[in-house]
Amino acid sequence: MLKILKYSFFDLMRSRWSYVYFLFYLLLGVMLLFLNNDLSKAVITLMNVIIVLVPLIGTIFGVMYYYNSKEFTELLLAQPVKRSSIFLGQYFGVALSLSMSLIIGLGLPFVFYGIFNSGAIWDFSLLLVTGAFLTLIFTALAFVIALANENKIKGFGYAILLWLFMAVIYDGIFLMSLVYFEEYPLDKFSLVATMLNPVDLSRVLILLKLDISALLGYTGAVFQKFFGTSFGLILSILLLFIWVVVPTFFIQRMAKRKDF
Amino acid sequence: MIEIDNLHKKFGKNEVLKGIDLTIDNGGIFAVLGPNGSGKTTLIKSILGMIVPNSGIIKLNGTSIKKSWEYRNDIDYLPQIANFPGNLTVKELITMIKDLRSSKQVDDERLIELFKLQPFLDKKLNNLSGGTKQKVNLVLTFMFDSPLVILDEPTTGLDPISHIRLKELITAEKEKGKTILITSHIMSFVEEIADEIVFLLEGKIYFRGSIPELKTKTEQPDFEHAIASMLSSSYA
Repeated sequence: MLKILKYSFFDLMRSRWSYVYFLFYLLLGVMLLFLNNDLSKAVITLMNVIIVLVPLIGTIFGVMYYYNSKEFTELLLAQPVKRSSIFLGQYFGVALSLSMSLIIGLGLPFVFYGIFNSGAIWDFSLLLVTGAFLTLIFTALAFVIALANENKIKGFGYAILLWLFMAVIYDGIFLMSLVYFEEYPLDKFSLVATMLNPVDLSRVLILLKLDISALLGYTGAVFQKFFGTSFGLILSILLLFIWVVVPTFFIQRMAKRKDF
Repeated sequence: MIEIDNLHKKFGKNEVLKGIDLTIDNGGIFAVLGPNGSGKTTLIKSILGMIVPNSGIIKLNGTSIKKSWEYRNDIDYLPQIANFPGNLTVKELITMIKDLRSSKQVDDERLIELFKLQPFLDKKLNNLSGGTKQKVNLVLTFMFDSPLVILDEPTTGLDPISHIRLKELITAEKEKGKTILITSHIMSFVEEIADEIVFLLEGKIYFRGSIPELKTKTEQPDFEHAIASMLSSSYA
């Protein structure tokens, strides 16, 4: 698997898109720091960007890479390589190079600004870890979608829908149901609903760490009340981890049964 | 030795292989023939494990290939359409495939020389013509010394000189005692090199034997007509 990962990774490192992505984050980081002049405020703005954008890029890149490397995959399938290694290798190749663009792209401006001498270092690291998690999760989901759909257009469509649902529609439905069922106790429901969406989960995770109660929102507050800050943090990281493992397991399972 | 027992494969509602039984002994050139859509490529890809059959057993040298991948170290495969990752150079592709195989005995240099590929080594695969890609494909296939060689339409896009080189190459491999499976639509090519014919029709083996046997069976004087008569009798 490591060999495949290596080739996928280098293949992507040579592609223009990795640099575009990297430069985007670099610019974003520089701009935020210049405009804000305040590290912790920059971290909050970044969080809002990361939580929406990282899943989108992960999904699109994942689907695109899968369909584009079809030839490579077919070539590999005839070689003495285990099937699941091919797909897992490609998946980790994509996810790793995306995470690297994110971490290095955002990291550089913050390092130069002097994040190491500031109290915001842990908030910032957590933000990057969450970004990496979101990349891993959404790239894996994209691979699952691509494996299930031979048709490129369909695959792209479902992937975009998935992102739209998780990043935008889910919250809408969630809020509406909170308003609608106002009279009932909703603690448990909102807890579960947050855990079922990695985007919400990441938001709660970061806000718990930042400890800004004004931004926590209802779910965040419930989360904090229920689990306390530190246990809540650990729990949400654990859940994000599960969100990575489950789709990865599906990639492996689907790869085993597919015809080429 | 390849043993195939009652192999079935469906793609959706389309039943491509309907119970193939086939035993291929070691050594010799076997041509898998049949009209378009008769299941030649599906059969070959099943042997390679690229397609998962619905039922049936495929054994290579006595062990089932199911859920195993190491056996592909003993197979050299030439795919029908030379599809390569476009942003690699020829040299990088060759190095990569070498890296993935456990066998370290390779003679890629002789083959690159044979097909005159030196000027293309540093070019990206996207920028190569169809024929040149096929030559790269041939180098990748023949550079290892595996006992089983599977060639899916090896002559596609080749110029006459490379065509002759390919024939020499196949004959040389046969003399080393290898088993070679070929599919082709070029009947003169098949007639020239094949020891035995396996004729597929609608997902079943319709005929198996040598070319003289086929001619006697169909009462046709030449090979091309013999095949054509088999086809027309089945269409009737």
